[in-house]
Amino acid sequence: MKFIALGHDKTGASVLIALTAVTFIIPFCNLVFPAASPLHFSAYTVSVLGKYLTFALLGLSLDLVWGYCGILALGHGAFFALGGYAMGMYLMRQIGTRGVYGDPLLPDFMVFLNWKELPWYWQGFDQLWFALLMVVLVPGVLAFIFGWLAFRSRVTGVYLSIITQALTYALLLAFFRNEMGFGGNNGLTDFKEILGFNIQSEAVRSGLIMTSGMTLIAAFLLCRWLVNTKLGRVVTAIRDQESRVRFLGYRVEMFKLWIFVFAAMLAGIAGALYVPQAGIINPSEFSPLNSLEIVVWVAMGGRGTLYGAIIGAVLVNFGKTVLTGLLPEIWLFSLGAVFIIVTLLLPDGIVGLLRRRSLEQRA
Amino acid sequence: MNQHTFDLSGKDNKTGAGSLLVKGEVDTRHGPILYLEDVSVSFDGFKALNQLSLYIEAGELRCLIGPNGAGKTTLMDVITGKTRPDTGSVFFGQTIDLLQMDEPAIAQAGICRKFQKPSVFDALTVFENMELALKADKRTWPTLFHRLTGEQTDRIHEITGTIGLSSSHQLRAGILSHGQKQWLEIGMLLMQEPKVMLVDEPIAGMTHQEVERTAELLLSLQGQRSIVVVEHDMEFVRSIARKVTVLHEGSVLTEGTMDEVQNDPRVIQVYLGG
Repeated sequence: MKFIALGHDKTGASVLIALTAVTFIIPFCNLVFPAASPLHFSAYTVSVLGKYLTFALLGLSLDLVWGYCGILALGHGAFFALGGYAMGMYLMRQIGTRGVYGDPLLPDFMVFLNWKELPWYWQGFDQLWFALLMVVLVPGVLAFIFGWLAFRSRVTGVYLSIITQALTYALLLAFFRNEMGFGGNNGLTDFKEILGFNIQSEAVRSGLIMTSGMTLIAAFLLCRWLVNTKLGRVVTAIRDQESRVRFLGYRVEMFKLWIFVFAAMLAGIAGALYVPQAGIINPSEFSPLNSLEIVVWVAMGGRGTLYGAIIGAVLVNFGKTVLTGLLPEIWLFSLGAVFIIVTLLLPDGIVGLLRRRSLEQRA
Repeated sequence: MNQHTFDLSGKDNKTGAGSLLVKGEVDTRHGPILYLEDVSVSFDGFKALNQLSLYIEAGELRCLIGPNGAGKTTLMDVITGKTRPDTGSVFFGQTIDLLQMDEPAIAQAGICRKFQKPSVFDALTVFENMELALKADKRTWPTLFHRLTGEQTDRIHEITGTIGLSSSHQLRAGILSHGQKQWLEIGMLLMQEPKVMLVDEPIAGMTHQEVERTAELLLSLQGQRSIVVVEHDMEFVRSIARKVTVLHEGSVLTEGTMDEVQNDPRVIQVYLGG
């Protein structure tokens, strides 16, 4: 159980405790206290916090790729969106006859497009288990094909970053098209039920935030275990001196590939948890800007620490919620400013700052 | 001379029909462990290696010297798979064609390299650096579930002792001195249990004492392993070398003992510039 003992790493332990608290206390309060009580969280708060947890999972997965393996992936949002679409397709098929057109099989947008039958790739999505399988499989397979081609050809650095960006942009354009069969620019929305329960109900909201929290904790512990294995050390070595690792006899491209695939699957799971809480998935999730935001979360929190990505994702998104509510037009400028400040003043992010503080206090 | 007229035409090598080739074993029955023949490499028209032929015997300690730009590092790049030659052939033993293999495959076959600039993993501890170098199954899945056996741990401690880093095996490699990093990298080479060690400028940045210990270490290894040392420090070369090869403008100028080489008028001319 070495990976649970966080040892000297106090920040990591605090993050884990905070996550456990959010995961269990919020749903507990909502079930125990009546709606009028101040300890009862509104459905809005619960779903916002739940979304933060899925962003944290997304940030965590990017940290594995970028912070540990040194691959600056600028298209990581694509895997999140694909996982989200897979979940969205399940939720669409759950609507059944309650859609505007009342078609028992076809989602509304297909009826609207005059489609007569369900496309083959929508088959099976009426089953949650199948959708969940696709949530990890589709991002995983895409990451595998992309990584196989890119890492074997030894594409690295800025070139790789540009291709990942192109990948997500290509998917953005593709998903905008109505003929693709994913609802075009409106995406998938108007979900009614998940596993037969009303998706708007407080119990389901509480269940979703709990699932998101537990998944995040499990993923955090799994990643922590992973980076502390010999494979984790090889990956760190690849980040710092890629060619040297080759001369030790390791197939660098295979290590990169599996880390990339694993991280893409985690991102897919994050997307799948996000969609029922957000109530919508549309092509904008593929936009390159979204992927850049993930990089900002991780940079701000502190790369190569795992919990730094969680802290960064929650803080930046909290800032985003507050700012887009108060002064929507300055959000992007603030995001840019945060990135510049972090790059110039906090190269190791918030976690690096905390570490330096505690070292100074000890000295 | 006959042992070097080795048939390079491909599969039809002269090990004979009755000889058994053991997979992963290097066939050195004819003497040499490394065969380089007519190797040429050019970069943008500059001939870094020009029809170079070189044979390294099994268990031999060979020193390579030569002025800057003579092709010493390029030669190591060719042997380890980093650079593909334009022409020529490179064999490991009589049967393993290194030109068909990439860097990890060559390293796993038993040719390991220490770089000119010490290349250790700064973020990892001395012990972890050694652990990564350890001869083991280096595919992803076995690496994920790899556990050090007691024997392997002992071996890491033993070699950490040999390279004088016993007391610092929990230190991060990044804080070691330049000389200690050189030693750590030599230690990593030993962990890989190579058949051939290519050692590029091992004593740069070392104190006088460290240089002496490096010489002792390299001398103690000859016989068990073939070692090729590239070094500029002539005093050091003299202290370890039995046989010296002088490279000049991408080919072998001469070979012999240190005395023979130093008295060769062509070598003197190359070094003093004529």
